[in-house]
Amino acid sequence: MKPVLEVCGVSVDFDGFRALDGVDLSVARGELRFLIGPNGAGKTTLVDCVTGLTRPTAGEVRFEGRSIDRLSEHQRVRTGIGRSFQTPTVFDSLTVVENLDLAESFRRSPLTMFLRRRRVTDGVATTLERVGLSAVADRPAGALSHGQKQWLEIGMLLVQGPKLLLLDEPVAGMSPQERLDTGALLHELAGGDQTLVVIEHDMAFLRRFARKVTVLHEGKVVSEGTVDEVQADPIVREVYLGRSRDARSGAVPSPVAEPVLEAVTGSIGETG
Amino acid sequence: MSILVPGTDNPWKARIAFLAFAGGLLALPGLLGSPGDVRQWAEWLCYAMVAVGLDVAWGYGGMLALGQGLFFGLGAYAMGMHLSLEQVPDGSLPSFMSLYSDYTELPALWRPFQSFWASAAVAVLLPMVIAGLLGLLVFKRRIRGPFFAILTQATAVIFALVLIGNLKLTAGFNGLTGFTTIFGRNKYAPGTNRWLFQIAAVGLLVVLAVAMKVVRSRYGKLLVATRDSEDRVRFLGYDPALVKTVGFMIAAGMAGLAGAVAAPVFGIVSPGQFDYLPSILMVCWVAVGGRGTLWGAVLGALVVNWIRVTVSSSRPDDWLYLQGLLFVVVLAFMPGGVAGALRSWWAWLASAVAGRLGTRRTAMAPAVEPLGETA
Repeated sequence: MKPVLEVCGVSVDFDGFRALDGVDLSVARGELRFLIGPNGAGKTTLVDCVTGLTRPTAGEVRFEGRSIDRLSEHQRVRTGIGRSFQTPTVFDSLTVVENLDLAESFRRSPLTMFLRRRRVTDGVATTLERVGLSAVADRPAGALSHGQKQWLEIGMLLVQGPKLLLLDEPVAGMSPQERLDTGALLHELAGGDQTLVVIEHDMAFLRRFARKVTVLHEGKVVSEGTVDEVQADPIVREVYLGRSRDARSGAVPSPVAEPVLEAVTGSIGETG
Repeated sequence: MSILVPGTDNPWKARIAFLAFAGGLLALPGLLGSPGDVRQWAEWLCYAMVAVGLDVAWGYGGMLALGQGLFFGLGAYAMGMHLSLEQVPDGSLPSFMSLYSDYTELPALWRPFQSFWASAAVAVLLPMVIAGLLGLLVFKRRIRGPFFAILTQATAVIFALVLIGNLKLTAGFNGLTGFTTIFGRNKYAPGTNRWLFQIAAVGLLVVLAVAMKVVRSRYGKLLVATRDSEDRVRFLGYDPALVKTVGFMIAAGMAGLAGAVAAPVFGIVSPGQFDYLPSILMVCWVAVGGRGTLWGAVLGALVVNWIRVTVSSSRPDDWLYLQGLLFVVVLAFMPGGVAGALRSWWAWLASAVAGRLGTRRTAMAPAVEPLGETA
């Protein structure tokens, strides 16, 4: 299948610090891809390169076969790339409905923007239902709980109908039930014309919902595959256990590594 | 919230308040009596127009425009040039020009201002064009906050310097004056002040109506969103630079219209009126009245100027201190300005009354809106 997103040899330098080092990534249409890696691995930087917040020092990002490196952030959104942030940013002084309506209105002609919103559009009403915020629709977004803000942020993405969604730690700070709901929603969204790339640390969440996982470490892709494949990969173990590079030549992972890996990544999920 | 359409604002409350204000405004000259007071109020109404525009840019858009004097001045000069030409026969030079310059015929720059409508159009459109170019230049480069404030301030300073430096074309420091007839009326005839007041009142009502329309529109919500989180707006697919530029242009157009009305009301148009100092005062009016509410901006311009004239007529030396004190007190104790204080007082009263009546309906009084980055 033709990839929707292609990251070809992308490197990013921040004043001498190499945040990304020749990353290659290819995500197919309709895929649900998880990005994991220890802190500072470059996951968010990679997403930033796709959305335009960071410009690659080298390499190219292609969306639907076309290079998007010259497009500014809002132009990339208009081509169909949506993203959420680690800390949910919604517009606190606007109501929930106004937040969603503003997200949906980005394709409106400039002139109709100068008209008053006279009703709740169908798209906004459907999204309110979907993210479970109908009861607080007229509340200022600033009055929502953290979890609700996260849902609102996801709703603002959905209402735009992007072809590629990039979610940065969507379940951080959510209750166990909210995590399950989010996971179910991710599966519901992915497929067909919609592609998802999700940064997530939570191992339990990954085990339950991830299909394909890409592991980043120190700005490089070190492994790719299913959760089981990735967890069995000695390099991944090394990355998470922080063992010295010399140990890698030993190749045979110690039998205790598996539970330790579980524990380490699990704890990262909780703190992150 | 609205009882009319769920999920939308109720426009009727604002409409009724607007009509009441319009009625009160048009009845005001009858209550004032002296023509001097009427002229004075007409001047304040022009200031209120500037304040409303500035509130759109600053209160709603978070752009601290410290150089609105430039746009106010452009409007005033456009109309002042027309009035100067009205005093002399068609095609001849305005009086100052025959004094200071060796022009034998009207310079090209002055010719369009023979027409009233051309002058009015220039007064509103030229500020908008300049604000548009300046806005794109500045906001596309993501210059914001204090840098934008200083930059706009500089434009007002440059404007005054250019006016002073071009004596032959602008009458320099003295400015344009001697408007004995105003659009065909004798300036000193009884009723002229009242007539000017009515023009200013209609101007303010138009500006206020447009501003209300703008802030209630989707664009208005987008402007507030841009104020609160520019980056998030960018990731919704909007270009914040354009959003802000449009807001800045609206503010500039309103200041230009205010200037055009103010020129005949002042009776003189000179650089000192549009310099950096008046520009800063304009920001003070909005801050005192309460940014982020259009009524607050109107209230601020009227109240601060009323206090200024009242105090400085009896104790001229004390006004500057009082003004500083007023500004500091408002910023320290009433961050939402007078309008914000009134609003929270009203909310407190409403909840107290509701508590008394034992109703379970909690007063959903909107909290004072969080203010923009340029606090």
